[in-house]
Amino acid sequence: MSSLAPSPLALVAEITHRCPLHCVYCSNPLQLTARARELSADAWQRVLREAAEMGVLQVDFTGGEPLARADLADLIRGARGAGLYTNLITSGRPVDEKRLGELVSAGLDHFQLSFQGAREESANEFAGAPVHKEKLQVARWVKRHRIALTLNFVIHRGNLDQLEEMIALTEEIGPGRVEFAHVQYYGWAFANRARLLPTRTQLDRSLEILKKAEERLKGRIHVEYVVPDYYARYPKACMGGWGRKIALITPEGDVLPCHAAKILPGMQFENVQTRSLREIWNESAAFQKFRGEAWMPEPCRSCDRRAQDFGGCRCQAFLLVQDAVATDPVCSLSPKRDVVDAILAEANAAAPIAATPNLAWLYRPNPA
Amino acid sequence: MIPALEARPRLAPGCRLRESAGEPCVLLMPERALRLNGPSLEIVQRCDGNHTVRQIVADLQKQYAKAKPQKVEQDILGYLGLLHDERAVDFE
Repeated sequence: MSSLAPSPLALVAEITHRCPLHCVYCSNPLQLTARARELSADAWQRVLREAAEMGVLQVDFTGGEPLARADLADLIRGARGAGLYTNLITSGRPVDEKRLGELVSAGLDHFQLSFQGAREESANEFAGAPVHKEKLQVARWVKRHRIALTLNFVIHRGNLDQLEEMIALTEEIGPGRVEFAHVQYYGWAFANRARLLPTRTQLDRSLEILKKAEERLKGRIHVEYVVPDYYARYPKACMGGWGRKIALITPEGDVLPCHAAKILPGMQFENVQTRSLREIWNESAAFQKFRGEAWMPEPCRSCDRRAQDFGGCRCQAFLLVQDAVATDPVCSLSPKRDVVDAILAEANAAAPIAATPNLAWLYRPNPA
Repeated sequence: MIPALEARPRLAPGCRLRESAGEPCVLLMPERALRLNGPSLEIVQRCDGNHTVRQIVADLQKQYAKAKPQKVEQDILGYLGLLHDERAVDFE
């Protein structure tokens, strides 16, 4: 069984949960890890080498805010030295020109800079911190280096109407890639869903705009976007399938198949301080649990799409119908699709956000 | 797009070829990777900002002498155009 597990292609390294931003849709768990419990630089360096030896091609340094770790340049150097492609997923805060130069010299391949919108005031509201202006400066600094730059716009009910401005801002900055990522409803975003879930009208209009931008910018800026899954007919192939392509390591060293898996009841995730990454990937009960098709209920088990979407997302099934083994309820074939339809009906009937100022954001804190 | 013969292709920022002994060569790119071998590898190895498209065509026509020269040229132009559209290659 374990020999059938293909090696992961990417390692998501959540090197810290500390972050100067407090984004209302943060994908971190509600239970954040304190600095004192973070893996040491030595432990990370060992894990990066183990990953490269397993055949991992890329490491995504993320968080929290990966820049919050003073040893980030060393980790990038270690990853490059091990042969990995190095990707930094960052808010761009806090960094100055000198430190950015150090990260590039250490071997950074790809800088993925998040934006909360195109308008300063609302972007800062979603981030819970006055950071938008500084991000624009960071983007200009990155452009001076010969590394890849991707802008990641996180889009939702509160900023979809700025989409054309975001595209204009993208063209002004001129990255090689831009991602328009709909908020996915886990962690803090699940808690704030009522203010984040777009209407059908907003969504349809945004897809039209994005399609046009993709065509127009072809060969200049690669535009990436997907239909948010509550509105999709079929579920996303979450993380490319459980334990198939991606391993995620939390700040304290637990190895997970995705960002949210810790919410699943009864799961024991093993730690890189007690076992090698390879053993955990191949043999741990948690990675075996939903790998392959044996766990699938109907309608997945006999579905033609089971090798495309792998039954969708376990965490979403748990969050929406309290059953981690159920078919992802966003699937139109799921017997529980009515749960999602009811959420959408509410979102489409609700007043626009501006008219509901009393619905307060739940901001993520910065862990100790 | 179809590149000009005098253009000098160069791997785009954030794209690099990983060649290590005993392992397949991989073109590493933002959020994706392409496994390369044969002519595709020969072409990408020459995307260094020094070779012109014309030189790459001449090199590969020599190397693949059994293939029709015209076909080799067309394939190379097509492949470089594709790499450009995929943001893997710039032309200087």
